[in-house]
Amino acid sequence: MIRFLIHRLLQAVPVLLAAVTIAFFLVRLAPGGPFTQERSYSAESIQRLNEHYGLNDPVGVQYLRYIGNLLRGDLGPSFKYSNRTVNEIIAATFPVSLELGCLALCFALCIGLAAGILAALRPNTWQDYAPMALAMTGICIPSFVLGPLLVLLFAIQAGWVNAAGWDTPADRLLPAITLGSAYAAYIARLTRGSMLEVLPADYIRTARATGVPEGRIITCYALKNALIPVVSFLGPATAGIITGSFVVETIFHIPGMGKMFVQAAFNRDYSLILGLVAFYSLLIVVFNFVVDIALAWLDPRLRKATS
Amino acid sequence: MREPKNPEDRGAARVRSPWREAWRRLVRNRAAMTGLTVVTVLAAVSIFAPWLAPYGYETQDLELGASPPSGAHWLGTDVLGRDLLTRMLYGGRVSLLVGVCATAVSLLIGIAYGASSGYAGGRTDAFMMRSVDILYAIPFTVFVIVLMVAFGQNLLLLFVAIGAVEWLTMARIVRGQVLAVKQELYVQAAVIQGLSHARILAVHIVPNVLGPVIVYTTLTIPRVMLLEAFLSFLGLGVQAPMSSWGLLIRDGAEVMESFPWLMVFPGVVLAATLFALNFLGDGLRDALDPRFARSR
Repeated sequence: MIRFLIHRLLQAVPVLLAAVTIAFFLVRLAPGGPFTQERSYSAESIQRLNEHYGLNDPVGVQYLRYIGNLLRGDLGPSFKYSNRTVNEIIAATFPVSLELGCLALCFALCIGLAAGILAALRPNTWQDYAPMALAMTGICIPSFVLGPLLVLLFAIQAGWVNAAGWDTPADRLLPAITLGSAYAAYIARLTRGSMLEVLPADYIRTARATGVPEGRIITCYALKNALIPVVSFLGPATAGIITGSFVVETIFHIPGMGKMFVQAAFNRDYSLILGLVAFYSLLIVVFNFVVDIALAWLDPRLRKATS
Repeated sequence: MREPKNPEDRGAARVRSPWREAWRRLVRNRAAMTGLTVVTVLAAVSIFAPWLAPYGYETQDLELGASPPSGAHWLGTDVLGRDLLTRMLYGGRVSLLVGVCATAVSLLIGIAYGASSGYAGGRTDAFMMRSVDILYAIPFTVFVIVLMVAFGQNLLLLFVAIGAVEWLTMARIVRGQVLAVKQELYVQAAVIQGLSHARILAVHIVPNVLGPVIVYTTLTIPRVMLLEAFLSFLGLGVQAPMSSWGLLIRDGAEVMESFPWLMVFPGVVLAATLFALNFLGDGLRDALDPRFARSR
């Protein structure tokens, strides 16, 4: 088991390096520097800014310097937000997105698992069709439609919550639902599919025959095995959901990291884009690792197969 | 018992082609057929938008301003007095065009990459698939945004950029299928006959892995349309006065407190299209994948 984990950790290193390298050169490929949009700067000051940030050096030198700093955990200064480093920006915005993401994930798991199990227990009846139609709706309504709709209904018409902001606990409600609903829908579909495969298995029948209560059969026997595809899905999904969503954060005016991704791209803030990409890739790798551990715990066969 | 008139008839009656069998299963699936109908109708009205649209897509009527649905304007007008139905018809052209073209790009890359990887096997395969794993860890949407910011809003670039992002899963699916198909006798027969690798891939392998590819294509189109809508939402899709559903939704969301229909109608149409495509994709999967077919 430990060998398997170390093996997985070692595999993560080239993934991270490649992600940062591709990001570094892709961003450099785009024409126009971070300072070309500032009309007020003279050619001389742009030259000096480029000099200051080391943008006049050969690309190879810049790349090696970046990797060197990255290894020390230093993501460099932001080109656009003067006097702030990329580390500071991530430290300021990530907690907000993390909180929103965790709430959305909780919402998605509760609704998704419940709907999926319910549908799988009575396949091809209305108790199956209703939650699955709802799940399809969740997948098909983009967050930039769902968000404004929720605001319109619950904030403007009903007046139960604020339309935007990030101050009171109630402010968390609509953004979390907007962000979580698509994930809830995917989880529901995955859960239903794998529950349907697990439920006819012999060991479930044996459990029933020996008089194990139905609730225990579903939660302890069936669900434990049915969770495997859901857990695989949750790895990358968690990384995506906690790094924030531009749409949700814009609609509800939330000072999170998702907004930073898009603003950095618009501003051609190279160092900020790279820092965010590196951070995101790190999270993906971490969560894939966590998923590997979780899967090995859920299914002992996987421990042997990979080591 | 009466013999069929000629021996070919008898063969046709006994051995149905798998494609016809799949089609029969698809026709019986009501949700999938509804999806197919909706997609066909939407595609048709979008293609013929210039002849169907009651107004020009940039014809303004500033005195009218934003008006709710009425006899003259079935879905109302926007802030500049432009007919919403017309703009949605034209927007559908852009959204569907992006959906189809970008998916086609992702298909080409995905099939070529996946098929080569699976066919080559061994170290090449391992290396190519590891690269795909690595690419999965990169948030490509950010790069599509960077590209669109850098090179300006260009439809062709949009196709290529989205297609270049969406091919990863397709490559994995194709590779898995090719690994299975290349063990088949008819492929070995082709190898013995001395056909070139490219010919074996193109003539003998790729046509036999098309089932899952078709299914995944139907599921990729809605994803691509969603991405286009998202880019338009950021203001990076097509440029005003042209329209796309994403653009209409963004404009509608800004004024939804006063004129909710401007967001609701485009939102509903986009969601309905995605609905239809997803149902069609699910139905195709059930129809083409014998494993699912048996469990029904």
